[in-house]
Amino acid sequence: MERRFIYADNAATTAVSDEVLAAMMPHFQTAFGNASSIYEMGRNAQRDIELAREKVAKAIGADPIEIIFTSCGSESDNWAIKGTAEQMAKKGKKHIITSVIEHHAVLHTTEYLEKQGFEVTYIPVDDKGLINPEDIRKAIREDTALVTIMYANNEIGTIQPIDEIAAICKENNVLFHTDAVQAVGHVEIDVHKQGIDMLSLSGHKIHAQKGIGALYIRKGVVLPNLIHGGGQERRKRAGTENVPAIVGLGAAMEIACSNINEKAAIVTEKRNRIIDGLLTIPYTRLNGDREKRLPGNINISFEGIEGESLLLMLDMFGICASSGSACTSGSLDPSHVLLSIGLKHEIAHGSLRLSIEENLTDEDVDYILETVPVVAERLRAMSPVWEKMMKGEFYE
Amino acid sequence: MMYSEKVMDHFANPRNVGEIENADGIGEIGNAKCGDIMKMYLKIDNGTITDAKFKTFGCGAAIATSSMATELIKGKTIDEALKLTNDAVVEALDGLPAVKVHCSVLAEQAVRSALSDYYTRQGIDPLPIVGEIHMPEE
Repeated sequence: MERRFIYADNAATTAVSDEVLAAMMPHFQTAFGNASSIYEMGRNAQRDIELAREKVAKAIGADPIEIIFTSCGSESDNWAIKGTAEQMAKKGKKHIITSVIEHHAVLHTTEYLEKQGFEVTYIPVDDKGLINPEDIRKAIREDTALVTIMYANNEIGTIQPIDEIAAICKENNVLFHTDAVQAVGHVEIDVHKQGIDMLSLSGHKIHAQKGIGALYIRKGVVLPNLIHGGGQERRKRAGTENVPAIVGLGAAMEIACSNINEKAAIVTEKRNRIIDGLLTIPYTRLNGDREKRLPGNINISFEGIEGESLLLMLDMFGICASSGSACTSGSLDPSHVLLSIGLKHEIAHGSLRLSIEENLTDEDVDYILETVPVVAERLRAMSPVWEKMMKGEFYE
Repeated sequence: MMYSEKVMDHFANPRNVGEIENADGIGEIGNAKCGDIMKMYLKIDNGTITDAKFKTFGCGAAIATSSMATELIKGKTIDEALKLTNDAVVEALDGLPAVKVHCSVLAEQAVRSALSDYYTRQGIDPLPIVGEIHMPEE
């Protein structure tokens, strides 16, 4: 088996694509003007920012005026949640609903708000990581300021029933925000049709550079200004615009969201081949929902193996992947997502996430399916947990 | 997080992996819930550790520290092995990230646990010689 290099961690980040880089390049040295400047180079920068805004808006079914550029998905999440909280607290609404499997950009924000006197309801998920929209209906109260539910989960790829959740929020006159960092560019999104009030997205997950994101804020929704200063981003978020990054995000969104369903079908087929192949390894399980799943997400638990050593050994074979093991997070507990879907600690420690895209070749898939079993066997051979399992004993 | 080349070497090519049949002492430390278990097997002849093997469920550092600990005690006397500290394991590996230092404590305690088992099998109370075995808590 000839060693290959396979980047299978696209949910962590992606490379800047040639097209995106080409779109960005002029804005570093030739068209470098400040978009607030009056002369032509400044005006051109302003024009290019607005063109990028149009592209971002179009890709998710929004109006350009509803898009504000931020520095990342976490910033968008923070602003949407803390901003709404601040705004609604004036009306005496100090209750927020979210889920137990959100990204830390959301969970740590709601935890912060709890310390500021807000009440937060954390909606549980089922064993596939799915939220029951009726649970949200039941959780809504008179003083509910915001419902924030991720579009698709970063670890297990589960896609939530966003339309139903949005409809319930609308019926009850509650604002709905979704962290769509993992979903944008992979599944079709139409914020207006779907009734989404706010949506966070990030550039580096879809082949733009790191350090650029956006927040969609539906017309009529008022958020307090995030950064006070100049008139950039309609005074909502002051600071000289990062023109190359914004232009790159526009290009990346346009590319990622065109032919989205065709690309998703191709990726889904590759994903399913990998899932089916890996599940032939004994004592494995698929985490997340089989159907309501991001096209490129694979998350498998291997009993008797710890995730970090799995990643390190896969890296030796040229495969870049990710895990929900405690050891990769720097804490003692494995991923809150895997625990929330009911995995025992010892099984959650042994999870592997591969996140693939359409450029993964059939040979790459073959290589993954040949390599992972070898690595799993090597680690199990030195695992006392595996040894006990094979003897029919279990660790408590 | 940065692992030293030595840690990576001991992870990629762990020394002394496996079991010893008719081992004179077997120690086990850690639990699967926390993500680390080390099992250590010792062959002891006339007070000297003639062979040491291990099996480990855990992260890269857990495997590397087990590997290094077995290397450090092989051929040593029991007295010398009892003096093995987690710091010595860390040093021999050219350092460990701070969040991984507990793995070296596990390795140290796995050795002591195996020696404790050795004394128990000899009908000798291990406590005065080996002391208490600690499971490091975070």
